[in-house]
Amino acid sequence: MRVTYPHMGLISIAFHGLLRDLGLDVLPPPPITKKTINLGVLHSPEFACFPLKVNMGNFIESLELGADTIVMAGGSGPCRFGYYAEVQREILTDLGYKFKMIVLEPPQERAILLEKLKELGAKRSWPAILRTLQTTWRRIKALDEIHAQSLRIRPRELAKGSTTKAYEKALLPLAAACTPREVSQALRTARKILGGVPINTEKKVLRIGFVGEIYMLLEPYANLEVERLLGEMGVEVDRSIYMSHWIKDHLLLKSLGLAGNKPTKKAAAPYLNHFVGGHGWESVGDTVRYAQRGFDGVIHVLPFTCTPEIVAQSILPTVSREQGIPVLSFSLDEQSGEAGFQTRLEAFLDLLEQRKNRVKFVAP
Amino acid sequence: MGVRVGIPRALLYYHYYPGWEAFFRALGAEVVLSDETTKAILDRGVRDAVDEACLPVKLYLGHLANLRDKEVDYIFVPRIVSVERKRYLCPKFLGLPEIARFCVPGLPELLDIEINVYERYHKSKQSLEKLASLFGYSKQAGKLALQEAKVAQKAYEARLRQGYTPQDVFCGREKKENGRIKVAVLGHAYNLNDPYTSMGLLEKLREMGAEVITTEMMLPEEIKRGNDFLEKEIFWTFGKELLGAAFHLLDEGSIQGIVLVVSFGCGPDSLICELVERIYRREKTVPLLMLTLDEHTGQAGVITRLEAFMDMLRWREAI
Repeated sequence: MRVTYPHMGLISIAFHGLLRDLGLDVLPPPPITKKTINLGVLHSPEFACFPLKVNMGNFIESLELGADTIVMAGGSGPCRFGYYAEVQREILTDLGYKFKMIVLEPPQERAILLEKLKELGAKRSWPAILRTLQTTWRRIKALDEIHAQSLRIRPRELAKGSTTKAYEKALLPLAAACTPREVSQALRTARKILGGVPINTEKKVLRIGFVGEIYMLLEPYANLEVERLLGEMGVEVDRSIYMSHWIKDHLLLKSLGLAGNKPTKKAAAPYLNHFVGGHGWESVGDTVRYAQRGFDGVIHVLPFTCTPEIVAQSILPTVSREQGIPVLSFSLDEQSGEAGFQTRLEAFLDLLEQRKNRVKFVAP
Repeated sequence: MGVRVGIPRALLYYHYYPGWEAFFRALGAEVVLSDETTKAILDRGVRDAVDEACLPVKLYLGHLANLRDKEVDYIFVPRIVSVERKRYLCPKFLGLPEIARFCVPGLPELLDIEINVYERYHKSKQSLEKLASLFGYSKQAGKLALQEAKVAQKAYEARLRQGYTPQDVFCGREKKENGRIKVAVLGHAYNLNDPYTSMGLLEKLREMGAEVITTEMMLPEEIKRGNDFLEKEIFWTFGKELLGAAFHLLDEGSIQGIVLVVSFGCGPDSLICELVERIYRREKTVPLLMLTLDEHTGQAGVITRLEAFMDMLRWREAI
């Protein structure tokens, strides 16, 4: 059994570690390239959202390399993601691939989720599996911390590109660690590597909040590496969703019958007081919170045709006006062009810069 | 004259209007419908909506603006999250009151009660009774209104199962003699039945000699049977109905052709129709036509494709 999985930013590292530590033969999908996208788009429904198409590219490339088992996540709607695996399995079957698809369905059926993990890690005992889950949880938190740190450092770096280089280096020990203790050690090493990047601590930077659909936020290839681009233009980006928050809200709190992410929902309430699937509710609430926290602007990303985010998009202009925060919304898919994207970003930054100076001038 | 409650002639109007109308009438309200769709109404909606919203949402916003101009006291824009256990409607219905409020300026107060029976029915019932109290009626009267709504809705749905389309019922059209060729036309009722945006597709097919079957005409057991083929249940009500109908009809072998009608960029349908297309392609017994509608769709192109499709079905019958 050679197991593969779809890419999703740093989650790939965590997921790879989880499967590896369960004692499985893991074949990570090749990094996402233009070829991945082309393959995915060719074999996906035309109006499926972009993440489904990228997944398809990942799966096909892995199956071609000899994978025979796909581990995928599921869901119970109303976002389309919950039904991805069913459609992907049919398409891959029609393409003639022989494989097994294991779908992990959070969060309602926790018992089944654990059962499926046990099925995957058949050679391991229950204590070993629980230990692996603990390692994974720590790894995810560590990866998130390092990512957030890189976002703070990048706009202040003295040599362009040095943060990205250090960040990539810092991830390596985190990927290799196999026990909770090793993860903690790796985190210390990673912090040190990133902390070693020479920066200008005096530099005044713009602060932009980054909201939207989770896959588009987390996967740099899908969002055209907007975090790196903005960072190198001297902008401190704050990403609203991290995997560790998501797991805490959806897997831990929800299964105990508690509502997660209260501050965001409270902030959204005057505009949207109900979930709309995906991350539409969060997009609205986080935009309000960024305004309250004095950020200079918000960038909103969604995959083309994402219904929950279209609901958010309908509300965001009002939020922007009433809360006094500029919002730029990007609908992205395989057709997104880098040049146009960059131009719009630059124009947005010019606007934010002017706005900031004006505000400073008027204030006593 | 009672309170004037506006109901847009769009989206779930085609599913639930008789029930809604009976409910508000029983509460002594005057029900005001928006006008039949025109180009002006659609254009108005397109202007107010975000670019990426689907055609039916744009149309809905146009109808809201139309009602605003009729100076109604309220507009009924419910948040219908779920109409059966463990299934949702499309996310746009979950945020419909907000889309309405923030996209269309100057609307009167919206009656945006929440209907959500995903887990239990109780809360939705309460909010309906609360709505009744807004009209100055007691809880008891609210219950009676609800009862009347149920009766009207049941009668309506029974009529649909006899082979009538929502538009047939609303216009009081009697059924003509059935055509010789049975064609399933599957898609959201609000796309198939709006005479303007669907370009009268159902009527045209009938004129060309088809007996049209839609999901509303099918029995719940048949829909359920169609869904038994799936490994994982579909969590959208309309998706479940479309796919169940398509699989059941294919398996039964009773149709000569199938037409899928989707709106451009429809999220759930992008996956559901993909599955339907794949299964039909594997079986290779029933021809399938897929029509995508948006605000730019030209009538001539659609008619030509329908005619070609019907010609092909007739030709297949002949040989």
